[in-house]
Amino acid sequence: MSDLETFRSETRDWLEANCPAEMRQPVRDDDDVYWGGRRATFKNDAQKAWFEACRDKGYTVPAWPKAYGGAGLSAPEAKVLRQEMSRIGARPPLSSFGIWMLGPALLQFGTEGQKQRFLNEIARGEIRWCQGYSEPGSGSDLVSMQTFGEDKGDHWTVNGQKIWTSYADEADWIFCLVRTDKDNKYKGITFMLFDMAGGGVTTKPILLISGNSPFCETFFDDVTVPKSYGEDCPGFVGEIGRGWDVAKYLLGHEREMISGMGGGERTAAIGTAMKRHSAKTGDDLDPALRSDLAMFDVDALAFTAMAEKFMDEMKSGKGHPAQPNMMKYVGTELNKRRHELMMSVGGSRSLEWDSEETRGGKAPRDWLRTKANSIEGGTSEVMLNVISKRILELPGS
Amino acid sequence: MPLYHDEDQAMLADTARGFMADEGNITKQLRHWRDRDCPDGFGHALWKQMAEMGFTGMLVGEEDGGLGMGHVEAGIVLEEIGRNLTPSPFLTSSVLAATALKHGSAELKGRYLPGLIAGDSVFAVAVDETAKHRPSRITTRAEKSGNGFKLTGAKSFVIQGASADMLVVAARTSGGDDDDDGITLFAVPKDAANMSHDALRLVDSSMATHTKFDGTELDGDAVIGEVDGGREVLNAMLTAGRIGAAAEGVGVASGAMDMTVDYLKQRKQFGQLIGEFQALQHRASHLYSEVEIARAVVIKAQQLLDAGAESAELMSSVAKAKVAKAAGLSVKEGVQMHGGIGMTDEYDIGLYMKRDRALQEFLGDAYFHANRVAELSGY
Ligand SMILES: Cc1cc2nc3c(=O)[nH]c(=O)nc-3n(C[C@H](O)[C@H](O)[C@H](O)COP(=O)(O)OP(=O)(O)OC[C@H]3O[C@@H](n4cnc5c(N)ncnc54)[C@H](O)[C@@H]3O)c2cc1C
Ligand SMILES: Cc1cc2nc3c(=O)[nH]c(=O)nc-3n(C[C@H](O)[C@H](O)[C@H](O)COP(=O)(O)OP(=O)(O)OC[C@H]3O[C@@H](n4cnc5c(N)ncnc54)[C@H](O)[C@@H]3O)c2cc1C
Repeated sequence: MSDLETFRSETRDWLEANCPAEMRQPVRDDDDVYWGGRRATFKNDAQKAWFEACRDKGYTVPAWPKAYGGAGLSAPEAKVLRQEMSRIGARPPLSSFGIWMLGPALLQFGTEGQKQRFLNEIARGEIRWCQGYSEPGSGSDLVSMQTFGEDKGDHWTVNGQKIWTSYADEADWIFCLVRTDKDNKYKGITFMLFDMAGGGVTTKPILLISGNSPFCETFFDDVTVPKSYGEDCPGFVGEIGRGWDVAKYLLGHEREMISGMGGGERTAAIGTAMKRHSAKTGDDLDPALRSDLAMFDVDALAFTAMAEKFMDEMKSGKGHPAQPNMMKYVGTELNKRRHELMMSVGGSRSLEWDSEETRGGKAPRDWLRTKANSIEGGTSEVMLNVISKRILELPGS
Repeated sequence: MPLYHDEDQAMLADTARGFMADEGNITKQLRHWRDRDCPDGFGHALWKQMAEMGFTGMLVGEEDGGLGMGHVEAGIVLEEIGRNLTPSPFLTSSVLAATALKHGSAELKGRYLPGLIAGDSVFAVAVDETAKHRPSRITTRAEKSGNGFKLTGAKSFVIQGASADMLVVAARTSGGDDDDDGITLFAVPKDAANMSHDALRLVDSSMATHTKFDGTELDGDAVIGEVDGGREVLNAMLTAGRIGAAAEGVGVASGAMDMTVDYLKQRKQFGQLIGEFQALQHRASHLYSEVEIARAVVIKAQQLLDAGAESAELMSSVAKAKVAKAAGLSVKEGVQMHGGIGMTDEYDIGLYMKRDRALQEFLGDAYFHANRVAELSGY
């Protein structure tokens, strides 16, 4: 047996022994997802056991080095783990912006001290992070952001406002773009890290059309951000004034995450499930709807192949660096279509907003939530602009 | 007949537009009732005002105290209802039920029409029995009992079922579940014995019911039209309702489009108005084209129906499907082009998306009607 095959069989055994049956069920409710952080609670013992088993094995962040809380898996090993987890339908043990966004940026740009501290905290689910990028006047045109940090020697005093800050009201720390030089657009932004409980930060939840409030307006009122948290552990990532490079690198990872790779669920075919669903409720599928489902399945199955190819290429450094923009664009547009079709199959039942039978209108709320997929992390239009510019090298774009 | 509004219709459109914008707007009606968890989901005061405007009895014949207008006129009111997302019983009461009652006895008309015309009564329509619109299959049964009937079965997603003073119920009086013949329409009063409602709130904040008939006793004169001959009345009612829903959908599509085009002219990014980006200009122009086509097919269908043309049936499905596509596009583009604020409850564009969904499903979605177009065209 090759090393990889040995690894696969060990992984299977380990998952068999450590992944509780409840954690192999699809995620149904918001609290089925464990986000970690100072204020986190577990929904049940199974969630706790699964998280702790993964944490101790380094499987919350399998590909990160062991020294930073990971398992140090190679790209092929990480893929095997992903495959084996998806084979049994295992839920992610820990979800967090730390894992998807800040972590990769720190691995690339962080100092050893920052990695030791922050990566371990992320891997162990101790600190929950949120992302402070967008401002009311700066969405797609992020680099125009105005939140300002005044240099006070050993610290900055930060004032300004962020918006659409996902889970700001539940997060412990924020990674935040702050202008430190008003005269320099691209080279005047610093990528700061700070504790939201340190004073001067207020968050105000925004109600979404789905009825949930997962994001906030975040206000900074004379917030003190230290330039250093101790030896070799600065309060900013990369260089002062060069935060835009870090921000862009991180966005690439965010887009990868949103495009739904690895999770499988978002990209999978749905026709069979929909047929089963309508048979159960006694409705038959209109032939025109059936053909739309089939066309969706064609696109979804093809995209699944694309996603696998993309991941393999990315992990071995082969892909075009702007490719995540394409994946984000296509993946999110597909997910929106998926939910449109699910609504159509469900019919009037999918319109129910708060009945118990529909678990509080899960279908329409989820459907509405998907409409943000092509906005958050950079809009579809911005993705297409980036493809035009960086991949196709179209003039003037 | 030219395919645009004549002088009288244009005047009506002006009046309806002004009235709905003033009285039926989102703040005064939809948000108001929604935020109070109103069990009706609409305001009776507005319904009364609509009666004073002469809207509620537009389709009722002059001989019965109505205005004797046609579906073009009803559609004018519906488009404004759609544009303002105005919750009201107009479509179910003044279009669907009123069309059914045209086939009713003088006694039935006398019992129900004055209340409708005065804006005192609200009617609902109970046809569907599953989550998808399948009017070919009616399993609710009405059995002869003395001089009248006993109704047994269940109807689902009856819009405004719990608020209605009378429900038009399609039931089977003979034959098998899928038979064309053997259907009878009944006007069931709200206080009928052994009828119960389970109320549901829908995504657009409208209210519907699952309604059960557990041996509901009805007088013989509750029958609308002929016993066993209800399919024809049902079809007439559905055709009118579909064309009406399509007109409302055009209003939803236009309202969402106008909001979006306005936003393109206000929001700045990269130092320019986002409406300056050709990527968005083209999509807005494409959307405009689709909405214009949808409006054209709706007025075509309305005129055909008013003229009693056979092809009204086909065009009702074309209209319902085309509007579903155009309005669906309008609300999707609307949310997307608004960016982050498009996802917020505070902003109205999301309300258009929610209403569009409910309206698309009502009386058959685009898939249902595309199939129907194929069937009616013989393939
Ligand atoms: C659910 C959700 C979660 C989010 N979470 C976070 C978070 O945690 N942290 C954070 O910082 N931000 C977050 N965001 C914000 C998100 O990144 C922004 O909403 C997004 O970048 C778009 O910015 P905007 O909303 O200002 O829209 P705008 O930039 O104003 O865009 C409006 C419309 O114009 C289009 N447009 C803009 N420029 C161009 C162009 N050049 N060419 C063509 N079209 C253009 C856009 O594509 C869009 O359709 C979140 C957003 C959502 C919806
Ligand atoms: C079958 C046929 C019959 C014709 N008959 C006649 C005739 O009888 N008399 C006559 O004078 N001409 C005729 N033409 C020519 C026709 O009018 C031109 O082909 C047409 O105007 C496009 O010009 P072009 O071919 O130079 O393409 P270009 O103008 O070079 O366009 C190339 C592409 O760029 C796009 N494009 C250009 N400008 C913009 C912009 N501002 N924004 C976005 N996209 C843009 C175009 O849409 C097109 O896709 C005919 C062409 C065809 C195909």
